[in-house]
Amino acid sequence: MTTYVGSLHVTERRRYSLMDWVMTVDHKKIGILYIVTAFAFFLIGGIEAMLMRTQLAVSNNTFLNGELYNQIFTMHGTTMVFLAIMPLNVGFGNYIVPLMIGARDMAFPRLNAFSYWLFLFGGLFMYTSFVAGGAPNAGWFSYAPLTEAQFSPTHGMDYWVLGLQLIGIASLAGSVNFIVTILNMRAPGMNFNRLPLFVWMTLVTSFLLIFAFPSVTVAITLLFFDRQLGTNFYLAKMGGDPLLWQHLFWFFGHPEVYIMILPAMGIISEVLPTFARKPIFGYTFVAYSGVAIGFLGFTVWAHHMFAVGMPPIVNIAFSLSSMLIGVPTGVKIFNWIGTLWGGNLNLKTAMWFAIGFIAMFIIGGISGIFLAAPPVDFQITDTYFVVAHLHYVLFGGTILGLFAGFYYWIPKMTGRMLSEKLGMIHFWLVMTGFNLTFLPMHLLGFEGMPRRIYTYHDGMGWDIWNFIETIGVFTIALGVLVFLWNLWISLRAGEHAGNDPWDGATLEWKIPSPPASYNFAVIPVVHSRRPFWDEKYGGHDVTIPWHAEPSAGADGGEHHGRHFHMPSPSLYPAILAFGLLIVMFGLLYMKDLPALDPLPMNPLGIIAGVLVMAYAIAGWQGEVSAGK
Amino acid sequence: MPVSWRFLSRFSRPLVGVALVLGLSACTSDLPQTTLYPKGTSASLVHDLLQPIFWTAVAVFVIVEGLLVYSVARFRSRRDPKAIPFQLHGNTPLEIAWTIAPAIVLGIIFFLTVSTINAVGDLPKSANAINVRVIGHQWWWEFQYPDLKLVTASDMHIPAGQTVAYTLESVDVIHSFWVPQLGGKTDLIPGHINKGSFSADQPGEFFGQCAEFCGQQHAQMRFHVIADTAADFQAWVKNQQSLPPALAGKAKDGADLFAKIGCAGCHTIAGTNAIGLVGPNLTHFGSRNTIAAGVLANTPDNLRAWLRDPEKVKPGNDMSAFMTTTVKGWGASAGQNIDLLVEYLTSLK
Ligand code: HEC
Ligand SMILES: [Cu+2]
Ligand SMILES: [Cu+2]
Repeated sequence: MTTYVGSLHVTERRRYSLMDWVMTVDHKKIGILYIVTAFAFFLIGGIEAMLMRTQLAVSNNTFLNGELYNQIFTMHGTTMVFLAIMPLNVGFGNYIVPLMIGARDMAFPRLNAFSYWLFLFGGLFMYTSFVAGGAPNAGWFSYAPLTEAQFSPTHGMDYWVLGLQLIGIASLAGSVNFIVTILNMRAPGMNFNRLPLFVWMTLVTSFLLIFAFPSVTVAITLLFFDRQLGTNFYLAKMGGDPLLWQHLFWFFGHPEVYIMILPAMGIISEVLPTFARKPIFGYTFVAYSGVAIGFLGFTVWAHHMFAVGMPPIVNIAFSLSSMLIGVPTGVKIFNWIGTLWGGNLNLKTAMWFAIGFIAMFIIGGISGIFLAAPPVDFQITDTYFVVAHLHYVLFGGTILGLFAGFYYWIPKMTGRMLSEKLGMIHFWLVMTGFNLTFLPMHLLGFEGMPRRIYTYHDGMGWDIWNFIETIGVFTIALGVLVFLWNLWISLRAGEHAGNDPWDGATLEWKIPSPPASYNFAVIPVVHSRRPFWDEKYGGHDVTIPWHAEPSAGADGGEHHGRHFHMPSPSLYPAILAFGLLIVMFGLLYMKDLPALDPLPMNPLGIIAGVLVMAYAIAGWQGEVSAGK
Repeated sequence: MPVSWRFLSRFSRPLVGVALVLGLSACTSDLPQTTLYPKGTSASLVHDLLQPIFWTAVAVFVIVEGLLVYSVARFRSRRDPKAIPFQLHGNTPLEIAWTIAPAIVLGIIFFLTVSTINAVGDLPKSANAINVRVIGHQWWWEFQYPDLKLVTASDMHIPAGQTVAYTLESVDVIHSFWVPQLGGKTDLIPGHINKGSFSADQPGEFFGQCAEFCGQQHAQMRFHVIADTAADFQAWVKNQQSLPPALAGKAKDGADLFAKIGCAGCHTIAGTNAIGLVGPNLTHFGSRNTIAAGVLANTPDNLRAWLRDPEKVKPGNDMSAFMTTTVKGWGASAGQNIDLLVEYLTSLK
């Protein structure tokens, strides 16, 4: 058993070895692992974007052939959704949520580590396909029957299916962990009416994930059966139905959009008040509109399918629900502007990114209304208009929100401030590049340029915009390089952050940067929505009564001895995840290895993986019963 | 569609053009696949709905972005970054108001949307509609005219001003049928038969393209809708229904070669033994405008290039493997044989 003796102002300053990282169960280290890994995948996805834009810069280009282009756009979408945005959200949630609610760790620290390793292995697994006979090439939406063995005979789709299974298990485990943590580990007094909005949004996101992901899990499991075991779920000639895939996929896919954006909305709902130096405008509206979006998010999936030939009444119903979801979304935007209104806006980089989020997300929201009207959708669905729309939501929204989170919380995570000067260069390069890249796409959509085409003829009137877009993507890349440079120099020689560089309102700013492994030597007692702000400025708050700093004894004497129990590091979560990875390889190649009589396949890989998993589970169980 | 929008749209169309095209010259011939200059009833209805949505969007954009920019400019910290402004937590009546406001705007858009859906549904179903069976293949389009007993590919001829009722089917994966200037897209889904209709206001040529990702050559799955005058259409039909003329000389040798080496296994040519259904019907191939679903213009040189190495022209297409072996088998006489085939195929007017 490891026992730390904590005192409020001691920060561990030691270098961590590789094994420390592999065995860690500390939510903060796991958070950093998530963020670093996901950001690496974000860079890879960005390189894929640059390759695609290079191919499309001019008409009739031959830089990439169709097959390669299709693999790259498939992996771009898959990477950005599953390997970059989702895990970045999870990474920030991991690091920040326990701090915000005054907890010492996540509810299930080992499960948390397991989720991370599974996500990493899932990502690496998918990328193995590039060197193992070709990457998946049917798009991140992978519409059947194109994904069936007869149309997609390489193992690419199998890598996609099984990799997604790994990532899905990781996400589900992560969501359970967030839910239990947020429901059970809140500091005394941190009731739901005081929960920071980032925590609120993480909670809603986790529930969304738990209800949405199983749908795609079913979809890809059936696809795997079709491909490997000869079933016919999606094959019309054999009585299956390709539309089954679309319904299952989008029943997940639409909530997935909110899974990707709600945490970023949570981030900017923290950043805006901090830098406006006033509370969020209409806390309850912001929190509950998030919940409303969560519910409505499950009723709109078929707006991705208006063109499949559903009866008009069905299209009308899904049009209605899609427009309805614009209402709580609009509410959020007005509340954010209300937060700025009357504030004393400190326009730091984090704040600029949050403002950029609002500005771009407005456009993404408005273009969504075009797509929600079926007759208009018939014209612009599956065109570059949709590419524009989704990037205004997921890049202009989520990615800018995540950058706001980086500038806001990196001082907390590392103890160093990022350079504001480089930050501003980063911001304006990304904003310029982003709009150069994606604004013309609206027009290209109206001018009839379909998505997912690897080449186009001249004389379509598309050349100039495509060329400008390619310039745009390289401008974004330059901005991201500036960000990396900023990280590089600031983490070495940046200004020291101190506990509270932004004069924050939430609990994480009360403790050292970076926090001690146990976070809070004394679990704080929360009396208001902005516990730390009210502790500092009680007198200025007009509606929430001010409460003194929790006095000794207020937390039930837990700190008396200043001894508390933190879970000890463990290798078993990583081993368990590794075992599952072997199982996936076993499944993937079960029909390529020489068959083991009397079976028509070779299950040795699967068995090997299961054995590794059994070993890991036994070890894990042993640690748990030993009370570690 | 309410008449007033029609009225408004007449005036705003050039404005939308300006706004959307951002000053770039936008004559239709420069933008063969544009949705902004509809040339048919169905596309026009959509365009009429686009007008109010577009202008509402512009208004919302200006108001909301304006509020955002204003509040950043007005409230940015000027003197004391540490100063603490009035701690306002919210304002319930205001918040209720800005919940209701977007709901009303969206309600109006929804109402207009539903009326357009109904208007499209109510388009006159003329008894003399031309029926076309559109069949999607990886990666080309087959057009069957069941009433006229003719089959073609890549070029879909229709009589201008007359309703075309089409059914959509796919033999392999999902595709999507889309002629932006004539109407919105509908998917071709294996196991489903979708229906749609459009009509072209004037004679002309309209570009279409597959709009659902369908594999390697999704980008090269184009087609053209050619709207003829009634007389031209009749002439076209008559020609397409006719059988190939008797051949002589090189063309005849080409025909023999075609029959001998196995092209017939995949292609149909009426009046001959070629009854294959894997590739496009070639009965009147010489009268078509493009080769391989719009990749190349239909000229003898391009046809030669296509036959010599289809894999190079359109990688992954179903004819490549066969042609590679055939050309290799021919060895030195490949050029000669291909010339014969070209002679034959171009004669199939
Ligand atoms: C294995 C089946 C197959 C065989 C054999 C075959 N073709 Fe094709 N052919 C196709 C397919 C499929 C296409 C359409 C390719 C595309 O556009 O994607 C095609 C397209 C064509 C076209 C262009 C038609 C158009 O309208 O665009 C011509 C001309 C043609 N083939 C000629 C021939 C000749 C001549 C032979 C014999 C030397 C031959 N084909 C053998 C399958 C075949
Ligand atoms: Cu959606
Ligand atoms: Cu296609």
